[in-house]
Amino acid sequence: MYLTPEEEKTLDGEYGRSLQKAIEILVALGDIYGADKLIPVKSAQIAGVSYKTIGDAGLEWISDLEGKVKIPSILNPAGMDIVRWDEMGIDPVFAKKQQEIIEAYAKLGIQTKCTCTPYYLEGFNVTLDDHIAWSESSAVSYANSVIGARTNREGGPSALSAALVGKTANYGYHLDEMREPVVAVEVDCELSGSDFGALGYVVGKTVGSRVPIFYTKNEPSKNEMKALGAALAASGAVALYHIEGVTPEAVRNKFTRPDEVIPVERTQIDEVYEANKDIQSSEIITVGCPHCSVEELEEIAGLVEGKKLQKEMWVCTAREVAERHPDLVQRIEKSGAKVVCDTCMVVSPATNKYASITVNSGKALAYVPSMCKVAAKYASIEDCIKEAGVVDEN
Amino acid sequence: MKIKCRTISRGVAEGEVLLTNDAISFLGNVDPETGEIVEPQHELYGQSIAGKVLVFPHGKGSTVGSYVIYQLFKNGVAPAAMINLESEPIVAVGAIISEVPLVDRLENDPYEILKNGDRVIVNSTEAFVELKDE
Repeated sequence: MYLTPEEEKTLDGEYGRSLQKAIEILVALGDIYGADKLIPVKSAQIAGVSYKTIGDAGLEWISDLEGKVKIPSILNPAGMDIVRWDEMGIDPVFAKKQQEIIEAYAKLGIQTKCTCTPYYLEGFNVTLDDHIAWSESSAVSYANSVIGARTNREGGPSALSAALVGKTANYGYHLDEMREPVVAVEVDCELSGSDFGALGYVVGKTVGSRVPIFYTKNEPSKNEMKALGAALAASGAVALYHIEGVTPEAVRNKFTRPDEVIPVERTQIDEVYEANKDIQSSEIITVGCPHCSVEELEEIAGLVEGKKLQKEMWVCTAREVAERHPDLVQRIEKSGAKVVCDTCMVVSPATNKYASITVNSGKALAYVPSMCKVAAKYASIEDCIKEAGVVDEN
Repeated sequence: MKIKCRTISRGVAEGEVLLTNDAISFLGNVDPETGEIVEPQHELYGQSIAGKVLVFPHGKGSTVGSYVIYQLFKNGVAPAAMINLESEPIVAVGAIISEVPLVDRLENDPYEILKNGDRVIVNSTEAFVELKDE
């Protein structure tokens, strides 16, 4: 792999140990995947934040690093709402460790905003063909597919290395030839809302880590594509998908239809809603996986207006989005639902104490049963709110 | 005898060979406190990888495995060096942050020329493995 004289100096340790280790990681990954060089990246999003996932080992490594990141960098969701962790029933020992992890990242100049939707935040807007180094699988999918930016699914240490160096190795989804669709998914019915998350949940299992192109009967919204991509990345390992006539690269490149075709019928979508229907009544309802957009918060605020919810309900979003819209937060919380920031039902240990959960996310449906040992049921946003036990206030 | 290889994690170390044909998931297969293999299904079950030149085909499993290698290093029970057939990112990243020399793609099949207990030097910085004479 070609390195500039400046990069060689970094690798030889002239700019200190942390930067040396960081570039060594980028070069090693580049060699493994056959990269020709390092390329500049516009921003980094770093996974490995929840104390539940990285433990003391990860905390120790991050704390030992020195220096400052060179590009706007942000974190993946943490294991708790940084402010209201006590209300979530988080153990104070866990909370202390979680704070230490976030402080260790802050010391490196990383913005301690913890979200899986960096693309909603100031300073992280990316556009077609931008190179970035993001980690979280749904954010990677959204950036690659819905925006047409270019990122591999970075691991925590490699994203952090990219942030410190300001570059990443040029391989995988940074290259044109790796972005071509190789399998066609033909959907035989119109879909709306949570149907798209169910579609991703079904198709991810067959597609694995390949690049699919969808042929849909109707055009999904950006929020629906977010749900589709998140589920594809969770039940499978899809980092990039296209939708014929909709996603930017499909529109621009006019891909030829791959020979391999996966047909999807309405019954397969319905089966996702039917599974675990024997859970009569969920103990908690969670939405916002990936974190809610402003439009999604508006929709929820409208649905719970003038209602009192009988059960615990979390609406997960990025703190910056919540802070920009205090009116929406207030309208949602008036119903008894909690607007939870910095975290979600998948990465927070607070989920583990419930026996059953209702979600409107194909990603949460794929992960919560195995990672949190909680039985999960799938429903539309309207049915999620019904499940929360609505009592009319008037 | 010197065998050429590819550098993944730079450094130089010497130790006794410990070979396994099984892939290793550092998260779950290895006790980060002791360096012992704790997975009953694993070929090296009950053995310690601490201070060894660990030869295994490649890593597998959770990416948290990288941090487990770092924990082994902080606890003083990391392998002295590692040799893979083909390295993948979990072990590569773990080795680099833990300063454990790691090489792969040896010009001779390591399972044919190395056996348990051999003393070898892994010089990853200069991209060779040296088998010391008995």
